[in-house]
Amino acid sequence: MAKRQRDVQGFGLAALNRLAGSKTLDKLGLKKPTEKALYQASRTGFKVAGSAGKQFKAVKDLLSPARMDKHKPTDLFDLTPTEEQTMMVESVRRFAEEALRPAAEDAETHSEISEDVWKGAFELGLSLMAVPEALGGAGSERSPISSALVAEALAWGDMGQALALMAPVGVANALAAWGNSDQQMRYLATFAEDDPPDAALAFLEPTALSNPRHPSCRGSLDGEVGRWRINGEKALVPLGPFADLLIVSVDLEGLGPRLVLIEGDCNGLSAKAEPGMGLRAASLGRLMFKDVKVTEADVLGDEQAFEQAIALARLGWCALAVGTCQAVVDYVIPYVNERKAFGEPVSHRQGVAFTVANMGLELDAMRLMMWRATARAEQGQSFQRDAALAHRFCADKAMQIGSDGVQMLGGHGYVKEHPVERWYRDLRAIANLEGGLLL
Amino acid sequence: MIRLEEPRKFRMLVHQANQVATEIFRPNSRKYDRAEHAYPKELDMLSALMDGMNDGGDRGAGTAGLARAAADNDAIVNGANMSTVLGLIELCWGDVGLALSLPRQGLGNAAIAAVANDEQKKALRGCWAGMAITEPGCGSDSAAIRTTAVRDGEDFVINGEKIYVTAGQRCDHVVVWASLDPKKGRAAIKSFVVSKDNPGMKVLRLEHKLGIRSSDTATIVFENCRVPRSALLGTEEIDTKQGFGGVMQTFDNTRPVVAAMAIGVARAALERTRELLTQAGLSPDDYAADRWRMPAAVATFHELEAEWEAARLLTLRAAWMADNGQPNSLQASMSKAKAGRMATQVTLKCAELGGALGYSEDELLEKWARDSKILDIFEGTQQIQLLIVARRLLGKSSAELK
Repeated sequence: MAKRQRDVQGFGLAALNRLAGSKTLDKLGLKKPTEKALYQASRTGFKVAGSAGKQFKAVKDLLSPARMDKHKPTDLFDLTPTEEQTMMVESVRRFAEEALRPAAEDAETHSEISEDVWKGAFELGLSLMAVPEALGGAGSERSPISSALVAEALAWGDMGQALALMAPVGVANALAAWGNSDQQMRYLATFAEDDPPDAALAFLEPTALSNPRHPSCRGSLDGEVGRWRINGEKALVPLGPFADLLIVSVDLEGLGPRLVLIEGDCNGLSAKAEPGMGLRAASLGRLMFKDVKVTEADVLGDEQAFEQAIALARLGWCALAVGTCQAVVDYVIPYVNERKAFGEPVSHRQGVAFTVANMGLELDAMRLMMWRATARAEQGQSFQRDAALAHRFCADKAMQIGSDGVQMLGGHGYVKEHPVERWYRDLRAIANLEGGLLL
Repeated sequence: MIRLEEPRKFRMLVHQANQVATEIFRPNSRKYDRAEHAYPKELDMLSALMDGMNDGGDRGAGTAGLARAAADNDAIVNGANMSTVLGLIELCWGDVGLALSLPRQGLGNAAIAAVANDEQKKALRGCWAGMAITEPGCGSDSAAIRTTAVRDGEDFVINGEKIYVTAGQRCDHVVVWASLDPKKGRAAIKSFVVSKDNPGMKVLRLEHKLGIRSSDTATIVFENCRVPRSALLGTEEIDTKQGFGGVMQTFDNTRPVVAAMAIGVARAALERTRELLTQAGLSPDDYAADRWRMPAAVATFHELEAEWEAARLLTLRAAWMADNGQPNSLQASMSKAKAGRMATQVTLKCAELGGALGYSEDELLEKWARDSKILDIFEGTQQIQLLIVARRLLGKSSAELK
């Protein structure tokens, strides 16, 4: 814990030292904004000190794990959300429009979400929904579809902030689905408290062609059966630099690939900021595990849970893609109708109009693919094939829509006056990132 | 509640359609591809069976049962539009051309079901109606139709030439689009039901085609073809505000049906390709395999499957909306646009993956790759569907976005 705090703060100070002496910054007049960014970075550092100290202790007594009801299956093909889901989505959508969209640029610049947004999200009950009533939450049914609809609606506002908000929900979802009673008492209940933990799933590794099903992050037996020492790295983890709780994919000696619960302040875990092409509001971070000690009690779920977690995380990325692409389409349509060239709106040309038509129909197809796989997961059917196909489809089409979104605005799409350039960078993540959130 | 699975109650229907496809269509598939214009007599007994299915209250797999559901209560239903789509997927998995040749399941039947009044429906019960829209000088631009219908006492007199009439020779009635007054544009275009025994209507010739050779495609001429006023579907009034509404309404219902055909033939190609890849030692069903380390053929196969699922879900959505009384013109065109191009892409790629087997007449892959192309053309080409989708999304009229 002490060591990790130094790492984050030390990193910021070293950077400050280098930048303060930079003549380039003076010349370009960039000193002020840079100072502001650094101020934010150091504030984050202090936040680590505060929030990484979050104590997990069992606050509720559970004799058996609290599993929420599964939705009762019907026989119909139906695309109508339940009344509860409709209400939830409406309020999340309003929040996305009024809070996330206006804050997107600031959150990106500062690589974190504002306190106001965290508070607003808490008031919406985002993580409360994932916690069963027996543990003080408001969740009555485990519903990946509800999570998907919420992720879609949040991402419409801003994908980076949506990722940061959904990361803890994902950890709560995983605990609700696979946690044993000890794990649920210790961790899950805290997601219903006033200051829910910063948490995320860490699956991605920093190598090309890394396969989440075969993590190179290893747990070697530590003297006796049921104890391991973990070594390895995880990349681009949302809230990574200051997470209180992580679910990490690890290849455990003698057991195989599993999900492991690791607290943010454990010995041997260090973290640093790892900004990427986009999604900067999610405070992406690199995590380094050096002889981190875990026991059987930290292993979350079995082999099947591990497989499902990867698929449900990918579906989470699909949901973010759908929401973001909806934002692109909604933004591009009025633009091409208003923008005039050769004496008429550019949308009167088939070259533009057909592009918009394809964006619209592939977006709808993305949503249906994601919904189908997610609904199968919710209703206890096999969903590996559907999740794999949905993920592949969403990854390809989302990037195409992101690229077309910039293209439809021409030069104006390339500058930061319009959000399409940010969406372009955000959407590149759909194919690349693993874990992070979970429906 | 969101759930995108086919309802159990249609399983029987799907099973029946699959049996027809397996036992009758597939064994005759190559035969009638080679013997273009020969009448597939095997279909006669089949149509009797399908009539029985229709009369039994269970909707058949053809187009005759299509009708827009009235939204009379809030309960979600899976109805005739969805069962028709599901049935046709199976039939066209068997053979698209033969499915198009099913007696009494023509596109004209869909038009009659969509816009005929009760009296006409009664009089035309049990008919087999083709649809005559396209002319030598007009394809997608239906408003440019030159065939005329001139009022003469209690009759209309029709003159003109129609091409590409599916089942034009085999059907017993033709629904023909004609203009009451070519000066008044699209609002003057009306559809009429003409019986084949009318001496003013003649089948001139049959086309030789790239695919769907078992389905006859006719050129029909109308020379002073006299029909009673009761042959007119819809109203005689020329309402320039309402425009095309009447005759075009048919298509909101039939576009998902053509999309279903595309889904059927593409599934046939995917299934055979899966077998061939497996025989070649690959594992096309291993969805857990890493995307970047699987063989290129399997990765391509998964891409095709994803495109196929996307088209299928868009189509089921359009049918579901029609069943629940929701306007679906946009979604119907989306499904047709996606399914049409998907089928061409999938069947051509499967033929490619098949190597020699994909090109040889020993297999059906090459045939499916020919059959599928029409599905991106008739009932509105890819480009027309994109125009419709674009106009809807952008809020543009056909005058603004041409």
